Amino acid sequence: MLRYLLSKIALLIPTLVGITICAFAFVRLLPGDPILAMAGEHGVTPARYEELKQQFGYNLPIWEQYARYVGEVATGDFGVSISSKRPVLEEFKTLFPATLELSFFAMIFAMVLGIPAGIFAAVKRGSWFDQSLMGTALVGYSMPIFWWGLLLIIFFSGYLGWTPVSGRIGLQFFLKPITGFMTIDSILYGKWDALRSALSHLILPAIVLGTIPLAVIARQTRSAMLEVLGEDYVRTARAKGLSVARVIGVHALRNALIPVVTTIGLQVGTLLAGAILTETIFAWPGIGKWMVDSIFKRDYVVVQSGLLLIALIVMAVNLIVDMLYAVINPRIRAA
Amino acid sequence: MKKTMTFAAALLAASVLGGMANAKTLVYCSEASPANFDPGTTTGGNDFDASSRTVYSRLVEFKHGGTEIEPGLADKWEISDDGLVYTFHLHPGVKFQTTDYFKPTRDLNADDVVFSFDRQFNKQNPWNGAKYLPNLTWDYYTGMDMPKYVAKWEKVDDLTVKLTLTEPNAPMLANLGMDFASIVSKEYADQLEKSGKMADFSTKPIGTGPFQFVDYQLDSVIRYAANPDYFKGKEKIDDLVFAITPDATARIQKVLAGECDIAPYPNPADIATIKANKDVTLLDQAGLNIGYMSYNTTIPPLDKPEVRHALNQAIDREALIKSLFQDAGATPAQNLIPPTMWSWNKDVKTDTYNPEAAKKVLADAGLKEIQLWAADRVRPYNPNFQRAAELIQADWAKVSVKAEIVSYEWTKYREEGKKKERPGAFQIGWTGDNGDPDNFFATLFACSAIGVSNYSSWCDKDFEDLIQKAKKTSDQGERTKLYEQAQVIFAKQAPAFLLAHSQVYAVVRNNVSGFKMDPLGIHRFDGVDKAE
Repeated sequence: MLRYLLSKIALLIPTLVGITICAFAFVRLLPGDPILAMAGEHGVTPARYEELKQQFGYNLPIWEQYARYVGEVATGDFGVSISSKRPVLEEFKTLFPATLELSFFAMIFAMVLGIPAGIFAAVKRGSWFDQSLMGTALVGYSMPIFWWGLLLIIFFSGYLGWTPVSGRIGLQFFLKPITGFMTIDSILYGKWDALRSALSHLILPAIVLGTIPLAVIARQTRSAMLEVLGEDYVRTARAKGLSVARVIGVHALRNALIPVVTTIGLQVGTLLAGAILTETIFAWPGIGKWMVDSIFKRDYVVVQSGLLLIALIVMAVNLIVDMLYAVINPRIRAA
Repeated sequence: MKKTMTFAAALLAASVLGGMANAKTLVYCSEASPANFDPGTTTGGNDFDASSRTVYSRLVEFKHGGTEIEPGLADKWEISDDGLVYTFHLHPGVKFQTTDYFKPTRDLNADDVVFSFDRQFNKQNPWNGAKYLPNLTWDYYTGMDMPKYVAKWEKVDDLTVKLTLTEPNAPMLANLGMDFASIVSKEYADQLEKSGKMADFSTKPIGTGPFQFVDYQLDSVIRYAANPDYFKGKEKIDDLVFAITPDATARIQKVLAGECDIAPYPNPADIATIKANKDVTLLDQAGLNIGYMSYNTTIPPLDKPEVRHALNQAIDREALIKSLFQDAGATPAQNLIPPTMWSWNKDVKTDTYNPEAAKKVLADAGLKEIQLWAADRVRPYNPNFQRAAELIQADWAKVSVKAEIVSYEWTKYREEGKKKERPGAFQIGWTGDNGDPDNFFATLFACSAIGVSNYSSWCDKDFEDLIQKAKKTSDQGERTKLYEQAQVIFAKQAPAFLLAHSQVYAVVRNNVSGFKMDPLGIHRFDGVDKAE
């Protein structure tokens, strides 16, 4: 087990180096000079341009800029935002709980609907339910988030008036963050109407963000279940005369869940990517919206450090999933 | 006993609820998060809405909804005959805001004014550099050429400040009404410097404006309360909330759903929906901007005014504007400056669409091919340079001029475009900073702007004499006459094809009163009221 873990961790090092190079290179490949972008239509005089280039360190050779960047990151210094002048890590820490909260609820939505739907489709293989579920999953998987989000807003918030349009909580609630998670904070303050407001604000963005994972989980559960249902031990369980619920719920599901857990882990990357669009539409103050704003402002520092921080989280989650996988699947540990 | 408790609880609940019902809250759905709350260090319109126009005041102010200058913290001012010395007399008894993080012990005085400007240029001032915030550039102060014109700021006495210039510069007064010229508290700065919390100056602002800062939840909500000590009188609304909503469609849905009271910049596609709704009003105004196309007037045959006029006449401007701006609409430009700006000359005539006449002139001049430049960006004054280029190309093809479309990434586009040897017609535009005509005429077409922002490389002696004289004259009536003449010369010489001034929109719920569109593109909430 330890060897397995160490080998996984060792693999992370080259990935990490690769990510720093990518993050560093990507922002420099974006068209547009950050200094001219900052100056706007006024433009800058050549002398001022050189002065600013020096101030921001853009006059150094590219490898030196990279070395400086890696050196700073290694000591936990993720830099200071060009536009807001605040430390990037501080902004990240403030905004990340919002993204985490949204992703959590999106995942709950995807799992609560996706797993039972996948099981049911597998059990009733070939039925109209199975066919329509798989068709819907395909549509869900290909759904453009931006369009889907606006559609839901216009229908549920605009036309029916059932859900708030955007934001994290009603403006009448003014809660100083304790944990940064609006639902937990409102419980800690004992404000139940604030909790209700926070939950109502979560509905639409969680549905939008959870749509793609829902489709993936439903499909994955179905195929894993189909595979397991054909196994000898399931046939044996059935032959023993066990109830259908017990055969499916205990014997089949436990084994079918192994690949589903991996899928759920891998969806974390999808969630963070989806958060970029979902947060922009729903004015959700998380890291996705923060990254988009920074790209438009050509805030190199935020974009490259933000990319790195997000990549670190995805890597950490993948590592945890690998560990979980080893826990629930003894064959891996032995290998 | 139990009964008494119940009664007391009911009374308390009633008074709390009553209090809530009485507090008037205005919610503004802003389009982006502010970079910070120190207007000297930021450049975005949304930054200024959240800081300078709410929390701060300036020596002079722009008239609400206009570009004229009116008294602000300075009740009056004198300008010396040579135009070099400005003496400002401060309003007595102006109080800085009292919050949970700062309690002022004195009123606003000349030290605050001197400090507000000194910090933006004096490298010895501890607030000028990294000790305060990293990578400070003071973009607006340098962008408006303040270092070139300002010789010194001096305190004469507590309520008198003297500004000495290096040379006469009439637009200076308008500059002092701009956001970067907001007056900050020296006492607050000193206090923060002493406690080693200088960065708080940009996150917990203290000013003398109509609203005081309460709280900012990053990228989400900004809260303000009416400043009870505001020197022009407390505002009618008690609380002001900025709900940051970047998506334009979501912003409009929020106004329609009553989640916010005012929202700027709707999508053109949503304008019909807004107009159809009886709970809201769509406000619009010609923006303080101009979209135009500069001809390089130094390269034959474009050096001849008649050729430039002919190219203008060959463009069906009405169809072009309709196709580009669609439902959002735009005002066809008659002059370089928009009609909302003082000195706009109503008598100037622009070229009318006349391809037959144009064709003959262009054939005589031997113009068969031309470069037509198009950027890759959406700008307020031109939503689609590429589309505009294609339409102009088609119009010019009808008069036998073949246009080749040249395109670059936005920053490179402007770098290439401003070169003196750049050939052809270059699409560009401008959004004004301070409502002074000089900010359009001199910035875009002065001889000294060639190679910087005079994309026509146009240097006309008569025009130049007029705008330089206007710059040095402090009397607005006289300046108006000079600019009116300059516009006549501009129209005659046609160094550029003038496209349009785009419309700027905001959506307001009908129970809100006193909100005005501002030609400077700012959003102000002083004087705004809301019926419950």
